Amino acid sequence: MGASVGLRAGILSLAILLIFGAAWHIAVSSGASSGPAMDPEYAKLMGITATSGKSAMPGPLDILAKLGEHLKRPFYDNGPNDKGLGLQLLYSLGRVGLGYFLAVLVAVPVGFVIGMFPVIYKALDPFIQVLKPVSPLAWMPLALYTIKDSGKSAIFVIFICSLWPMLINTAFGVAAVRKEWINVARTLEVSQWRQALTVILPAAAPTILTGMRISIGIAWLVIVAAEMLVGGTGIGYFVWNEWNNLSIANVIVAILLIGLVGMALDLTLARIQRRVTFPE
Amino acid sequence: MSDEKYISIEGISRQFAAPGGGKTTVFKDLWFSIPRGEFACIIGHSGCGKTTVLNILSGLELPDEGVAIVADKAIEGPSLDRAVIFQSHALLPWRTVLGNVAYAVTSRWPKWGKAKVEEHARAFIEKVGLKGSELKKPSQLSGGMKQRVGIARALSIEPKMLLMDEPFSALDALTRGTLQDEVRRICVETGQTVFMITHDVDEAIYLADKIILMTNGPEALVAEIVENPLPKDRTREGMHKHPHYYAIRNHLIDFLVARAKSFKSEIPADYDPKRPPIVRPVASPQPVPPPNSANGTAAA
Ligand SMILES: Nc1ncnc2c1ncn2[C@@H]1O[C@H](COP(=O)(O)OP(=O)(O)O)[C@@H](O)[C@H]1O
Ligand SMILES: [Mg+2]
Repeated sequence: MGASVGLRAGILSLAILLIFGAAWHIAVSSGASSGPAMDPEYAKLMGITATSGKSAMPGPLDILAKLGEHLKRPFYDNGPNDKGLGLQLLYSLGRVGLGYFLAVLVAVPVGFVIGMFPVIYKALDPFIQVLKPVSPLAWMPLALYTIKDSGKSAIFVIFICSLWPMLINTAFGVAAVRKEWINVARTLEVSQWRQALTVILPAAAPTILTGMRISIGIAWLVIVAAEMLVGGTGIGYFVWNEWNNLSIANVIVAILLIGLVGMALDLTLARIQRRVTFPE
Repeated sequence: MSDEKYISIEGISRQFAAPGGGKTTVFKDLWFSIPRGEFACIIGHSGCGKTTVLNILSGLELPDEGVAIVADKAIEGPSLDRAVIFQSHALLPWRTVLGNVAYAVTSRWPKWGKAKVEEHARAFIEKVGLKGSELKKPSQLSGGMKQRVGIARALSIEPKMLLMDEPFSALDALTRGTLQDEVRRICVETGQTVFMITHDVDEAIYLADKIILMTNGPEALVAEIVENPLPKDRTREGMHKHPHYYAIRNHLIDFLVARAKSFKSEIPADYDPKRPPIVRPVASPQPVPPPNSANGTAAA
């Protein structure tokens, strides 16, 4: 009674987390002793050789310890295969930021033109419809072949996957601007340029930002896979590398951080979206 | 320049693509004029093309035939000389009240500084009775207040002519009455030339000097032009006591109910679209005027 919905939900979330953590802990510690003895040859094949006697699956306390280790030294750099998690995340964020930014530069103006001229909309629609469903990773070989640089190819893949939602949403938002708002500007003899900036842009901004929000989510999904392919640096490469090192604890820590960063990106865009949204 | 024909609509017609292919002619060979300083209303059923005529006057649309002339110049596009008050108020919802009016003011006087624009905009917001609501967004306003902002925005550019498309039709009766009073006061004070679309016969009688009657579409015609016989100093509360009030009211209602539809099938032999008949409905002379009538019938 009396407690707000938010508070009650918070308590429930915490309880779920604790129950999950406890179940995980119990499963991991009992699983080690009771599990049937595995044929060592088979275990070798499965990649859990080095951990005989103890479950290969780390428990929640191991993860917390690992997380603490990483948080103490997030940005160290001991050569190609040993970099701080913070540094790896920054590499990934850098690629996403650059590819996404280039996509904004292309998608918003092009979307504007497509939205303003129905003929161009119709003419480009088949291309967009065919290219949009292509997995961005399918572009990777083409990018590697033409750009000949794995880092730039990853940025290109981010560019491609961010492009479509922003392009389509911008075009849609621009095309759906209420005629009467444009007519207001026209009767005030507002130039086409000023109309685009003072009427169409603010009117379409909520839709454009919806597209930008979808894009940043996709870009963050794709960067992990792209970095697994191109290697070198980045959180995706880190995950793959730690799998090769059989450090499941590191993989789980990375998953947690990928989720948190993704959430932060989404919240940032949601906040901007709220600022440009207007009630009617 | 001719003040008698400040606005002159000369033989305009407008066609749209019909849904099933081909074309429908909304109206054809329309002629009328409005002198400077006159308040003209146009009445007709939905779909007869009133908004299209207004769009042609505003310059948002061009006629397919004929010309619309303002101050001896053919209308070729929108102009800041002709302000439009839209039926749906058409405020920009992301701007405040002040921002909406200021947008019009900066468009009219691009060289003005921010302070001057704001001061000018505030003066017009005050004029329509919205002082104190300058920083509200349109979504925080009632329908009547939104329409006031629309009126302030139109007046703020100090246009030579006002074009209004059923500006009060979405409002409740009380708000409508107050806004009619204010618009009439402002227009009489400033001698505005006005073209207004309305559905409301009483609104037309109260506001208009002249009422243009349009027949049903397609191929609508101007059936006749009705001069308002009521005195210029009429009031909304008092006008229905005037002896000519029922004459003009019945004339207009009779047109809307019956003649708007039948006019085209029984066009008078001497009907000339270039000079639609001008009618001035007055009360038929009464045999014995009541001796101590409060407002003497002789006034008209
Ligand atoms: N842009 C348009 N395209 C096709 N038909 C239109 C268009 N604008 C108006 N019309 C048609 O023209 C006729 C007159 O419309 P309108 O001027 O809005 O009438 P009113 O304002 O008298 O109700 C209607 O039948 C309407 O369907
Ligand atoms: Mg209309």
